[in-house]
Amino acid sequence: MRLPLLALLAAGPAHGYELKQGLEKLFGAAYPQPNIGQIYVTLGRLEKAGLIAGQDIVQPDRPNKRIYELTEAGRESVDAWFEEPSPTPRVRDDFFMKLALAPRTGRADQVTLINKQRRHYLNLMRALSKLAAGEDQDNRIAQLLIEGASLHLQADLDWLERCQEELE
Amino acid sequence: MTRTEPATGPAPHLLSVTGLTKTHSTDGARVRAVRGVDLNVARGEFVAVTGTSGAGKSTLLHLLGGLERPDSGRIALDGRRVDDLSEARWAVLRRRRIGIVFQFFNLVSTLTVADNIELPALLAGRTPRQARASREEFVGRLGLGGKENSLPGDLAGGEQQRVALARALVNEPDLLLADEPTGSLDGKGTREVIRLLTELHQQGQTIVLVTHDARVASAADRVISFYDGRITDDTTLDTTDQHRAAAADIVKLTG
Repeated sequence: MRLPLLALLAAGPAHGYELKQGLEKLFGAAYPQPNIGQIYVTLGRLEKAGLIAGQDIVQPDRPNKRIYELTEAGRESVDAWFEEPSPTPRVRDDFFMKLALAPRTGRADQVTLINKQRRHYLNLMRALSKLAAGEDQDNRIAQLLIEGASLHLQADLDWLERCQEELE
Repeated sequence: MTRTEPATGPAPHLLSVTGLTKTHSTDGARVRAVRGVDLNVARGEFVAVTGTSGAGKSTLLHLLGGLERPDSGRIALDGRRVDDLSEARWAVLRRRRIGIVFQFFNLVSTLTVADNIELPALLAGRTPRQARASREEFVGRLGLGGKENSLPGDLAGGEQQRVALARALVNEPDLLLADEPTGSLDGKGTREVIRLLTELHQQGQTIVLVTHDARVASAADRVISFYDGRITDDTTLDTTDQHRAAAADIVKLTG
């Protein structure tokens, strides 16, 4: 969560609760929200690392709030983050291990494994569709997030079919 | 309609298929597209058939709609055998009891949306007034209001498929068959068609759909995996919220 928080702070100074709201508004309900505690802990670490600087604002009738802003080092971190391509997604290696080892063990059948995995993915796909339907249709970021997950799952399903073609 | 076999009470399944086979001959090569399929579909079910291209799933759907003839096997609709019907009888059946939608919509390009939808109603012998009333109903249900006078070519893909759905449904068929209905649509059109099929199913429509798109398949209650002309898996999807947490986990962003 470090870099998304830094990126939000690149827009201007904010306190912890504002950052939480910013994330929620952007990603919608589909995205499991970090709790406010996690956000404060992360902000504390970022401050210790010198990437952000905090300043306490005195509120007469409520506890003080701490406003954070990006330091020069923080700005460089954000730039470096945008500069680098993100790591490639990984194949589902646990399932592949099962599939590869099943014939040697004599304890499981490959086609049964493929069918079981396909059922699992289809149920997940259905749950993703439900998430998408429950999400605000105009929240393009949230919809794209779910669509991305669906397409990954579709690729996993296509790959299961390839396994079936080769192994049957 | 003429009954080819006496009906004995309500059939347990709307669609009942046993031992269905079909071999295609192309350039002397024989391809066994459907190699012994048994399948029952209950009234109100939404069944998706998935598999790679060339697995024979479209052939299966064509056999169910009488667009191709099986080499052997039996198809019964509502307890009545239909695989041995003449072309003319199949045409009547498709007009009244089986609606079909295709990947490329197959709309009549020179007719307006309204005329495309009314045509099967008129062909089925309904009066122009009845045809218009049904057309108006389905234009409303499929969100096509205001498009009645457009030509198919002026519409987006998703809209054309909605017109094709309205046309397939205008005679209120018992069974809706869909052959890759989202195969030529973009993401938005696909979502639209999935939503409509889900709604139609909730309203009681029996649907058998062929698709290679898992998002489309997962809208069904039951998913059949078709591979090399045979059913290799047949599963009823979970309609509870059991997988919700796992789905939420997939969309969990880690930064």
